[in-house]
Amino acid sequence: MARYDSPAALAALVQPHQVHRDIYTDPEVFQQEMKHLFANAWVFVGHESQTPNKGDYFSTHIGTQPVIQVRHSTGDIHVLLNRCPHKGTKIVIDRQGNTGKFFRCPYHAWSFKTDGCLLAIPLKKGYQDTGLEETDSGKGMRSVGDVKNYRGFIFARLAEEGISFEEFFGESLTSLDNMVDRSPAGRLEVVGPPLRYMHHCNWKMLVENQTDTCHPMVAHESSAGTAVKLYEELGLPEDAPKPPAMEIIAPFMSPYDFFEGMGIRTWPNGHGHTGVKHSIHSDYSAIPGYFEALCDSYGEEKAKAILDENRHNTVYFPNIMIKGPIQQLRVFIPIAADRTVVESYIYRLVDAPDELTARTAMYNRMINAPTSIVGHDDLEMYERAQEGLMVDGLEWVNIQRLIEDDEDFEVEAVENGTTERQMRNQFHAWVKFMTMGQTAEAAE
Amino acid sequence: MSVTRDTLIDFIYDEVRMLDEGRYTEWLDLWLPDGHYWMPLDYQQTDPINETSLMYEDMFMLKLRVERLNGARTFSQKPKSRCHHVIQRPFVDEMDTEAGRFVTTTFMHYVETRLDEQQLLAVTARHELALVEGRLRIANKRVDIVNCDAAFRNIQLLP
Repeated sequence: MARYDSPAALAALVQPHQVHRDIYTDPEVFQQEMKHLFANAWVFVGHESQTPNKGDYFSTHIGTQPVIQVRHSTGDIHVLLNRCPHKGTKIVIDRQGNTGKFFRCPYHAWSFKTDGCLLAIPLKKGYQDTGLEETDSGKGMRSVGDVKNYRGFIFARLAEEGISFEEFFGESLTSLDNMVDRSPAGRLEVVGPPLRYMHHCNWKMLVENQTDTCHPMVAHESSAGTAVKLYEELGLPEDAPKPPAMEIIAPFMSPYDFFEGMGIRTWPNGHGHTGVKHSIHSDYSAIPGYFEALCDSYGEEKAKAILDENRHNTVYFPNIMIKGPIQQLRVFIPIAADRTVVESYIYRLVDAPDELTARTAMYNRMINAPTSIVGHDDLEMYERAQEGLMVDGLEWVNIQRLIEDDEDFEVEAVENGTTERQMRNQFHAWVKFMTMGQTAEAAE
Repeated sequence: MSVTRDTLIDFIYDEVRMLDEGRYTEWLDLWLPDGHYWMPLDYQQTDPINETSLMYEDMFMLKLRVERLNGARTFSQKPKSRCHHVIQRPFVDEMDTEAGRFVTTTFMHYVETRLDEQQLLAVTARHELALVEGRLRIANKRVDIVNCDAAFRNIQLLP
């Protein structure tokens, strides 16, 4: 039964103050998301430092589509669908590697340049006069619709036609800028593999949680609250170095007024961030030599401005979050309506002291690992919600905290830090990109 | 106390039994105060500090982890997880009785369960042990999961 094959049916799932549970639980809605939302939006692929040399590749997914990020012989990065145009075999199966000057399918040895162009087919005369070049199979490995390398971060749009990168992200790129500017060289490098964490819930629950400022002191009381208690029991003098866990985990117990005051900013197309004024990352101790290195590169005024930004979580719609102050990026990869893999990457600030990388690595494992005492409670909440949403007769999820009449998501706004405006902003964008290009057709 | 190979092997068996039976106070007491429990994220990872690990925990973090398990508002432990180790006889890799330093390697199957879910991890544990004031203690412990690059569910207890 196709209930959600029309733009009108999909749009009806979102009201200003609530969204229907099928958005999280329905396999057909999920399929429509993969077909429309993840095709029309600009989606994060990887970082250029994951493929530094010609022929280097990295395999990942855009939505559920397997793709390869590859460094072509010209030095440009291409994003190709990971499927041999012949029989469908995935061209690469390992997560990363170097393919040399061309890809070679392991099944029948069709080979392709690293921009996807067909290079050679064994026994090619067997295709003579068969019209192979007219078919999709004869056109080589397919590329995504468009690719953008923005300061080292690779984004792609699957659809051939659509919104430009600049229009899609607009002013939200200031968060990525700030993260990259924190390197005295203006460059980041990926550090090691990502944490990989399997969640039995819908991908959007994780994205919404990134700007949910009313949960940390509740859901994370068991970790952050216990940390504070244990620290107090130690009875250390005020000036003694705090255990690292205190600096990273304890701020999760900050009271409501802290989160209210931090502020939330939303941008058009579903992007937004917490931590406009301050954040849980504001009070990290200074690392010797770092500020000086930044001043050498940028001058003192700009160096101060870079460090004065303490943006907490920036959501780039649809499915990543970055933390500028600690150079972390989390991607919420949809697998099914109730399956999501979260990959948490960290980056090194080129030419900055190693201690910054150490703090970032510590944050990543303490908060976002499958072994994290903080992550455990987040996963518990998402999965309880995924199960609870099966209750019939109570089928709407509330997102109306601090809602105002006639909210306009096409303009940037800064609000109280506990507003759910960013969640509403995401759903506004969800409808926009789910129905993009279909509305005219539907009206016929 | 004189440390023999059997002493070391018995120590490893006793340690996993403490973990399986949830005797965490006793377990924490096995550790030297500056010890670290390291669970690498990457295969054959060499750097616990400047790369992400699954765990690299000092005594404060280990105490926090253990204390949290019994908290009134520890939602992911309602109901509680249970774990079970099956271990192969530990290899004694280094035995310096004079310095009181010992290293063992132990292959284990670690099972963790909660509600209807159960996961099985194949792990290798490397223990650095030290004889301090007549007691054998854990100086450091490294636990490598054979499929460390897989997407895991919650791992809430200690392999």
